[in-house]
Amino acid sequence: MRPYLATFRRDLRFAVRHSADTAVVLAFFVVTVILFPLGVGPAAGTLAAIAPGVIWVAALLATLLSLDRLFAADFEDGTVDLFLTGRNSLLLIVLAKCAAHWLTTGLPLIILSPVLAAMLHLPAAGYLMLALGLLFGTPMLTLIGAVGAALVLGARRGGVLIAILVLPLYIPVLIFGVLSIDAVIHAADPWPHILLLAAALLAGLAIAPPAVTLALRSAAE
Amino acid sequence: MDTPDSASGTYPAISLSVEGLACIRGGRAVFGGLSFAGAGGDAIELHGPNGAGKSSLLRLLAGLLHPAAGTIAWTAGDGAARPPLAYCGHRDPVKAWLTVREQLAWWRDLEGGGSVEGAAQAMGLGPLLEVAGGLLSAGQRRRLALARLALTEAPVWLLDEPTVSLDEDGAALLRTMIGRHRSQGGLAIAATHLPIGLPDARTVMLPGDAAEGPDGP
Repeated sequence: MRPYLATFRRDLRFAVRHSADTAVVLAFFVVTVILFPLGVGPAAGTLAAIAPGVIWVAALLATLLSLDRLFAADFEDGTVDLFLTGRNSLLLIVLAKCAAHWLTTGLPLIILSPVLAAMLHLPAAGYLMLALGLLFGTPMLTLIGAVGAALVLGARRGGVLIAILVLPLYIPVLIFGVLSIDAVIHAADPWPHILLLAAALLAGLAIAPPAVTLALRSAAE
Repeated sequence: MDTPDSASGTYPAISLSVEGLACIRGGRAVFGGLSFAGAGGDAIELHGPNGAGKSSLLRLLAGLLHPAAGTIAWTAGDGAARPPLAYCGHRDPVKAWLTVREQLAWWRDLEGGGSVEGAAQAMGLGPLLEVAGGLLSAGQRRRLALARLALTEAPVWLLDEPTVSLDEDGAALLRTMIGRHRSQGGLAIAATHLPIGLPDARTVMLPGDAAEGPDGP
């Protein structure tokens, strides 16, 4: 476990020493959400109706903004070559890096989301499902994003390319995340949507890391 | 644990046999029909002009590229398909935001074992342990990248232009490290356009004119 814990700790240390990078992602999340009351007007009913979708879309875009730091620096300086030629499991290194990414991007987004929900007058019943949906959804955003980030390594204008690759794959997460909140607000059963998010996360955990390792190997060629 | 700075440890017997190896990069034949062999205790210098495929050959040996033709056969003492190897590319995987000590400690955790202080001393980085990677000069970064070798337990070292930007002291320290590695039964393969000065090293010449055709002389 030692190589993987060390990689996890190293990436956390990067986030701490470059806290401005993390702050920019969170600031983007907050500012994007703040734009909506200014754009659609302060009527509480309208804001409450769009709140789940707005917060989820903002979380998607904020995650997208953070993806380039996942592999790009390690690829540029040859650290990825060490991962590929070393004796460690590349799969577990990828998982360790994704875990550190989620802890420094997804988790702060979850923690900030109730504040933004209050700003958009989300009905009180929706808070738990917002947090639960993000809890199962944001790791999925990291995993899908990792595949995109690994695929665009070495490409010019990777930042634009990654958005086109990753955003369509984020759509199911967005749909079930928003549906779970809408369901509980309208007194319907939210759990099927949450369970689908959880199931998607398990599938993502199985599928995404091997895809990342393949993408890293082909980027090194 | 065997580390290259404990003189007692030795690696299991290893050998390498390259037969008829060809490399095609971007549709261009870089080299073809290359054959050579090596074993534990050997040093092999890959010589050739720029673009002759020295780096590509190292990446082929490291398993990062796939050969267009030919075979690379390793034997490892423990029956594994390929002995563990340490690859030092032409880029230094040194992080600006980690100190020398933190960088070496991460590599130690990644690669197996050894002492961080010992590795730093092996490349003359002892006084720089608390300095951030971003403040190192090009030569110091290279020394740090090479100090990683002292932390691996890999019997095969693949070095891409290891002496570039090293001063004479640094090159001497590297020769000492490679000498110790060989005396333990390790194999060192270095791509270089200048002789590194390894004692009784074998030389593999890459002619650099394979672009005429992969089935040339």
